[in-house]
Amino acid sequence: MLLSGSGGQGVITAGIILAGAAVLHENLIAVQSQTYGPRARGGATRSDVIISDSDIYYPKVIQPNVLVCLTQEAYNTFYPIIRPGGLLVIDTGFVEPKKSVDARQKALPIYQSVMQEIGRPIVFNICMLGVVLGLIDLVKPKSVMKILETQIPRTFLEINRKALHLGMKLAAGNQN
Amino acid sequence: MMNENVKFFQGNETCAEAALYAGLDFFAGYPITPSSEIAEHLSHRLPQIGGKFLQMEDEIASICAIIGASLTGHKVMTATSGPGFSLMQEALGYAIMTEIPCVIVNVQRGGPSTGLPTHASQGDVCQTQWGTHGDHAIIALTASNHQDVFAMTVDAFNLAETYRTPVILLFDEVVGHMRERLILPKKGEVPLVKRLRTSVEGGVDYHPYLPREDGRLPMSDFGGVHRYNVTGLFHDMWGFPSDNPRIVQDLLHQLVDKINNNVHQIARLKEYYLEDATTILISYGSSARSALHVVENHRLRGDRLGLLELQTLWPFPYGLIREKCVNAKYIVVVEMNMGQILREVKMAVDQPEKVFLANRIDGVFITPMDIRNLLGLIQGKGV
Repeated sequence: MLLSGSGGQGVITAGIILAGAAVLHENLIAVQSQTYGPRARGGATRSDVIISDSDIYYPKVIQPNVLVCLTQEAYNTFYPIIRPGGLLVIDTGFVEPKKSVDARQKALPIYQSVMQEIGRPIVFNICMLGVVLGLIDLVKPKSVMKILETQIPRTFLEINRKALHLGMKLAAGNQN
Repeated sequence: MMNENVKFFQGNETCAEAALYAGLDFFAGYPITPSSEIAEHLSHRLPQIGGKFLQMEDEIASICAIIGASLTGHKVMTATSGPGFSLMQEALGYAIMTEIPCVIVNVQRGGPSTGLPTHASQGDVCQTQWGTHGDHAIIALTASNHQDVFAMTVDAFNLAETYRTPVILLFDEVVGHMRERLILPKKGEVPLVKRLRTSVEGGVDYHPYLPREDGRLPMSDFGGVHRYNVTGLFHDMWGFPSDNPRIVQDLLHQLVDKINNNVHQIARLKEYYLEDATTILISYGSSARSALHVVENHRLRGDRLGLLELQTLWPFPYGLIREKCVNAKYIVVVEMNMGQILREVKMAVDQPEKVFLANRIDGVFITPMDIRNLLGLIQGKGV
């Protein structure tokens, strides 16, 4: 799986949370790695997550089964490498899909929904995770919440829970 | 249901936790990408266990601080990347000369100079051996996964104490920053080497550089019950400067021989399918993950491909490499530099012309496809 966007959107954090949930709560093998530039914000960022039931050697994603693009630059860069038949998730507020790809493409208003329902952009990445978990059977949302409980201040837990569920709801409304 | 010994850690966090397991109680450093998380993690963890964490003004001060702290009896470490490691070279030589145990982590990034701060490289391999001036020997370890990062870090502390020498942990951006599962060993599960302290009592003459019969030098915590001199100049058994040719020659031999004569004790390597391999990949650090990916895939197709993963880079185990590669038709060194270990492998084997390089030097982590393409070329099959 490849989560891509711009520095500061939280795609690296989202990848860490997802892979951590797989390892710590679902007894799976997972590796998370990233490619980023020297800037704290802006620039194209990718977070690679591989979840498997056997050992993982090469830790980067070559052909993602799941590709998430949260910016136009990320979309332009990464859409050509998606595995044919894979799942492509884009945010309609940031990405204008140019070409048709040989994949199941889901364009959802993730950012817009977060701003309308929660009003806090910092949970954008968790809402995106909710969308992914809603679209494919990967790890249980409960496992993701368990990771969040140990990693973020309690005062932020509720909006993260909301964001995760909002994402799943968005995905459910879009299941074909 | 959750096993509390199972962690999902970054390589840098793993290194920091392993250092604590090994008894680290003093860290001084200056943060630099891609090593900063080691300092960050220890800035939380060391105060919790009564240890000391110092953020210094630069890398020169950092290594000097750990050398001093080690001499007073602490287990010490600093962590940096290429530019900081360059600054540390002078004091690294001082620690070698004064035989003060310490662990220095270099999480490599692209170089020279400030280079590529956030990208992968293994360009500091030769610097680790020859960055500081004068004849000397060094121990450098590396690892390709977090379980091994843990093991090699603990080993680094043990070797530093055993041989009274600095030990370099040469990791890279990929291993440092990626996250994967780590099973934390229980307390006591991995043996630890304690500081060998002198039995000479206070008030009795202590010779800091008078070896025991087994060649080891018992230490006395500096500032404790003994007064003695420590200098980067050639020195006698009292630690005082000397230019007596006999003393100079003996000390230089002591510094080099204590490591190079124990290359078999210090050598750590992992073997995959070497028994019947006609093509052997030799790799280390994160590159070894890509190499293993290729080997496992080719084995499924029946190709007789094997991997020799080096965990000790220095002293280079020439004899072992020659022995393991004796039946190989092709040897391919997989690394992210312009052939720094390639050169050593060519020196080790009987037929250097059968050694090839599969590398990448553009900051991009070497892929299984890069290696496969080269294998195709040398085997005459094309890409």
